[in-house]
Amino acid sequence: MIGRNDYGDKEIMKNSDSQKAPVLQLKNITKYFGGLKAVSDFDLKLKQGSLVGLIGPNGAGKTTVFNLITGIYTPEQGDILLNGQSLIGVKPYQIADRGIARTFQNIRLFNDLSVLDNVRIAYHMHVSYGLAAAIFRTRSFAREEAELADRAGQLLSIFNLQNRAPEKARNLPYGEQRRLEIVRALATEPKLLLLDEPAAGMNPQEITKLMELIHFIRERFKLTILLIEHHMRVVMSICERVAVMDFGEKIADCKPDEAQCDPKVIEAYLGEE
Amino acid sequence: MKFHRILPAIVVIGAYSLLQALMSSHVLNPYWQQIIQFAGIMTISALGLNLIYGYTGQFSLGHAAFYGLGAYTSALITKSFPQGGIASLLVALPVAVVFVGMVAFLIGLPILRLKSDYLGIATLGFGIIMKVVFDNADAVIPQMGGSRGMLGIPKLTNFTLVFVFAIATIMVIRNFVFSSLGRACISIREDEIAAESVGINTTKYKTLGFVIGSMFAGIAGALYAHLYTFLHPSNFDFLKSIDVLLIVVLGGLGSISGTVIAAVGWTFLLEGLRVVLPSQILDWRLVIYPLLLIIVMILKPKGLLGGLELRFLKPSLDCSDRKE
Repeated sequence: MIGRNDYGDKEIMKNSDSQKAPVLQLKNITKYFGGLKAVSDFDLKLKQGSLVGLIGPNGAGKTTVFNLITGIYTPEQGDILLNGQSLIGVKPYQIADRGIARTFQNIRLFNDLSVLDNVRIAYHMHVSYGLAAAIFRTRSFAREEAELADRAGQLLSIFNLQNRAPEKARNLPYGEQRRLEIVRALATEPKLLLLDEPAAGMNPQEITKLMELIHFIRERFKLTILLIEHHMRVVMSICERVAVMDFGEKIADCKPDEAQCDPKVIEAYLGEE
Repeated sequence: MKFHRILPAIVVIGAYSLLQALMSSHVLNPYWQQIIQFAGIMTISALGLNLIYGYTGQFSLGHAAFYGLGAYTSALITKSFPQGGIASLLVALPVAVVFVGMVAFLIGLPILRLKSDYLGIATLGFGIIMKVVFDNADAVIPQMGGSRGMLGIPKLTNFTLVFVFAIATIMVIRNFVFSSLGRACISIREDEIAAESVGINTTKYKTLGFVIGSMFAGIAGALYAHLYTFLHPSNFDFLKSIDVLLIVVLGGLGSISGTVIAAVGWTFLLEGLRVVLPSQILDWRLVIYPLLLIIVMILKPKGLLGGLELRFLKPSLDCSDRKE
């Protein structure tokens, strides 16, 4: 009996721990490219439901941090924890399965495929039928495929892309391609979304729409979002916190308006006086 | 609606009956009968490569090696059971195809990490190794004949068999490509990093595409062996891989209809020129056909049917939501 009680207590402690624990935690990660220290002793904690910006001058190592989180690179030192579990050595596709989705700085859509297929491919992880079912077109295949097309269609209509479903991704206008990339990332049903310069190449109206969109998806899909961005308007108005990088190091981690006054940050952006 | 659905079946049965009637009434002589069967075999092999290169995007120059492997393996089995008749082929073919699949899996695992040109060179290397193996196989298995060629294979392939296998191949490839597994393969061709980022196990699907595609080469090889009843290593060298690659590129990467048209067209063009051209300039056919290739590539850089598919090859689910 006593043993059981002990066990029960531990469970409760674990649960309360996991609620407090950050969704994503980067611990002292370091990554070299040859002799260049691209990311150096980098720390970051993302709380459940937060929206954090990652900013810094060109070449500061922001995208490298994304590539480290998503498993494209492996850090030489340090640890990356998603809900307390290490992601070191986990393959990129497994990391996607664990709930991290991303977009890319240079849009990477499946260009020659239809908009619908772009989204359906992202649902592939949740498909359970196998090779034989696909080749013999079994009933479970038909049911799942219908369900898949349905879900993909619904997701597209949330983002007003349902009319584009049959078109090739490459034929969409730039802003819609950016949006489709976000839709595709959401189709993997992530807990954490990494956005790499979503406002790049957009005009002021498009940026305003994008900010609304980011707010909307965060509420609707209960996401934690980490965002790389150069447009200060976006960072200042939607991020709750910003981490500032320069030469692979974190030089500030604070509220956006505090960062604006931080001498280190000003120096990194404008140079020394 | 219903008529639309059964139309392909009517066309297939009609084509089969017509060809069969022409053959049994000897309008088509045995020479042309052989060519028709060979066209079917090329179709099966090319559809296999189209899955590897056209859909999954993995550049392979070793297709003829798998084709040869299927041919020799099945021939060895049927030759060992000369009384077996067609039944021995129906046993030998699946055995050979499974064997080819296993070899493709073992070869694919290490080399599919490579990309584009580098993968091409690696598969080329595999093709050359297999050619050397076929050349010297008689040292281990005397029946294989080595560089003297393998004789005495029973003639078991017939038009019906080739036709059934060709139709089955088209259906299997179509059903695979228009499924979530097929889309996973295509996503690798489109953008490997993006595919990984949405949870596609790219190693798994590259290997899957490669193994299935190679198995179709194995089927084609087994049918080929029992059509010509003689195998020679030079039939499975690097140039034969190029022939299949030509068909796939000419027909259009990632198009089943294009591959079928190109495979049949290519076979008949080569043989047709032999009949049409006067004997003085017969040797020029090897100039004429590369010229045709160049012209097609200039006019249609994406192949005859690049990215397009005949409507009946697309599943009904996709007809409504896809535009060409």
